[in-house]
Amino acid sequence: MFYREAGQFKSTYSADMAVFPLRQDRIGIAVILALAFIGVPLIGNDFFISSVMIPFLVFSLAAIGLNILTGYTGLISLGTAAFMGVGAYAAYKLTTAFPGINIIVLVLVSGLFSAAIGVLFGLPSLRIKGFYLAVATLAAQFFLQWAFVRVPWLFNYNASGAIEVPQRTLFGFPITGASASPETRYFVCLVLVVGLTWFASNLVHGKLGRSWMAVRDMDIAAELMGIKLLNAKLTAFAVSSFYAGVAGAMMIFFWYGGGEAADVFNIRLSFNILFMVIIGGLGSLIGSFFGAAFIASLPTILKFGLPALGVPLSGAAAEHVTFMLVGALIITFLIVEPHGLARLWQIGKQKLRTWPFPY
Amino acid sequence: MSDVAARPAPNLLAKGWVKSGLIFIAVVAAAILGAQFDDSGTLYKVFIDPFQQMVQAPDLLAQTIWEGLVSGVLYALIALGFVLIFKASGVFNFAQGIMVVFAALTLVGLYEKGVPAFLAVILTLGVMFVLAVTIERVVLRPLVNQPDIILFMATFGITYFLIGFGEALFGGSPKQMIADQLWLPKGAIDLKLFGGLVSLQKIDIAAAVIASIMIAALAAFFQYTRIGRALRAVADSHKAALSVGISLNQIWVIVWFTAGIVALITGIMWGARSDVSFALEIVALKALPVLILGGFTSIPGAIVGGLIIGIGEKMGEFYWGPLIGGGIESWLAYFIALGFLLFRPQGLFGDKIIERI
Repeated sequence: MFYREAGQFKSTYSADMAVFPLRQDRIGIAVILALAFIGVPLIGNDFFISSVMIPFLVFSLAAIGLNILTGYTGLISLGTAAFMGVGAYAAYKLTTAFPGINIIVLVLVSGLFSAAIGVLFGLPSLRIKGFYLAVATLAAQFFLQWAFVRVPWLFNYNASGAIEVPQRTLFGFPITGASASPETRYFVCLVLVVGLTWFASNLVHGKLGRSWMAVRDMDIAAELMGIKLLNAKLTAFAVSSFYAGVAGAMMIFFWYGGGEAADVFNIRLSFNILFMVIIGGLGSLIGSFFGAAFIASLPTILKFGLPALGVPLSGAAAEHVTFMLVGALIITFLIVEPHGLARLWQIGKQKLRTWPFPY
Repeated sequence: MSDVAARPAPNLLAKGWVKSGLIFIAVVAAAILGAQFDDSGTLYKVFIDPFQQMVQAPDLLAQTIWEGLVSGVLYALIALGFVLIFKASGVFNFAQGIMVVFAALTLVGLYEKGVPAFLAVILTLGVMFVLAVTIERVVLRPLVNQPDIILFMATFGITYFLIGFGEALFGGSPKQMIADQLWLPKGAIDLKLFGGLVSLQKIDIAAAVIASIMIAALAAFFQYTRIGRALRAVADSHKAALSVGISLNQIWVIVWFTAGIVALITGIMWGARSDVSFALEIVALKALPVLILGGFTSIPGAIVGGLIIGIGEKMGEFYWGPLIGGGIESWLAYFIALGFLLFRPQGLFGDKIIERI
């Protein structure tokens, strides 16, 4: 009824190829952005912002990174957490070496380090594919995780072996460290995520994205059509690790605060991000956000929601039930909609377009 | 990609300056290498010192190889569970590790409830059968014909569910495996070998023997029984197997149950060496390089791969580990497997990957 393209005429090619061709979609995006920039800081309390929204943003970015690799290029990676760790440690090394440079610039630059490492570990993808590649990327996961603990240069020879996030400011406001307020950290994360999502959207709709998708659908055919597999696969690894690295740096600098850096980038995090991508929808940017929201907030919701519903659960039992529920929900989701939440979103939009008629 | 080598390379050596440059580089490299082979040089520590140690203390070498062999057998057992399921249903079953833990926990948990040890084994087998049927009904059947990665993810779901379920039932604390009650030997045999003592744990010998028996039994089962033949048919082609009247659902239950039996035996063996705890699940990740080394579809590959990884990992850790700070066991296996994969992308014994457009 109200969500329909009738009357919206496209007079240029670029209007026809727009990412959001419908006016209603553009309005929707504007509303969501306004909510994120104005609504959330106004309504949400500190707990909500720092333990729901910031993790959501960080995971969304990491999921976008993995989605570029797995969803768009068809290369399964189980080493995302390690690449996130590279970003975090690179950002730490950079900001201790160059304290004068703005931390946001350094967070972005640390993504480049992660990209370089990603290309290195992406090299086997030229020879092997499928699950063989997935297991091969575990090499990156375990090797880098080992390096984070065993190479003292990475944490500046601290006796504790942990990295500390120093206080850095932007326009006079502290944005990292203990004195930064959740709202400022949230704003920084939000700006980074929105900017990088816009960038990713342009990438996947452009020539590079097309070549990735061609490789995903069938790499031999893509090669025959003149797409250089070397370039396509390695750029996918580079871009994906860049996003993962930035997400990792954000995770440590704007969310955790460094103490747990050595343990947090473990294999379970890699799996969780893969879940987000699959549950959200392979090859869909908005799916990455859905997946991140689902997986990142599920434990929190279960932890605080079940007692609120009157299900009395102690700490340990709640954890077990959470595990079981997450497992069961994953299976249910895969059975009900193997193409992920993004597909449900599409179906919903299509239904809305034709409503009140069935088709 | 494979035709790269077949292209004629431009003969760079024909040019004089290239040749002289290469000779110059070689001379410089040789000079640097020569300096490094001095007693304190890096290359000396990497390439000469470990081998000298091996020759000087053959008993230590034998001990290291034995330990590698034993952990290799256990890796191979976990990998075997993966291979069975991958062959018959094309599912990369990530839950094999947690199935090992779950089987061992069920066994110990039943024994603690007062069930006699051998009855507990039988009951655990029953539990694994119920698990296999449930997985087939609830997870596999609705997901038939989905892409591999979806099924892979579903096994993650199973993993999470089993972690929560197992911890809720049996608690998260490590448990003692009932090795004595199952008549598993204890203690060690000290062999006098190469002028030193090599100590072999009896439980390790038992593990190796039991693993060999099980693998032989599985091979016979696959080769000579009606169900085994059906399993091989399904492994070759789902569609063709269906068309000659083999029930896929039934085969899947059998295969997951077989993987459950393998998991139980692995759990007993591994539990007898250390504790039964959820840490085993991480150890199960070690089976993955074994898999890619041996090939996803090959039972001999799982065994040979397990032994290569086990021995390579232990020797690497013992002789080369201290050079870079130790603890390299966590990733060395993956690098060994990667090295093999670069030459054989389908693993040592895997089916040749044929791609058509």
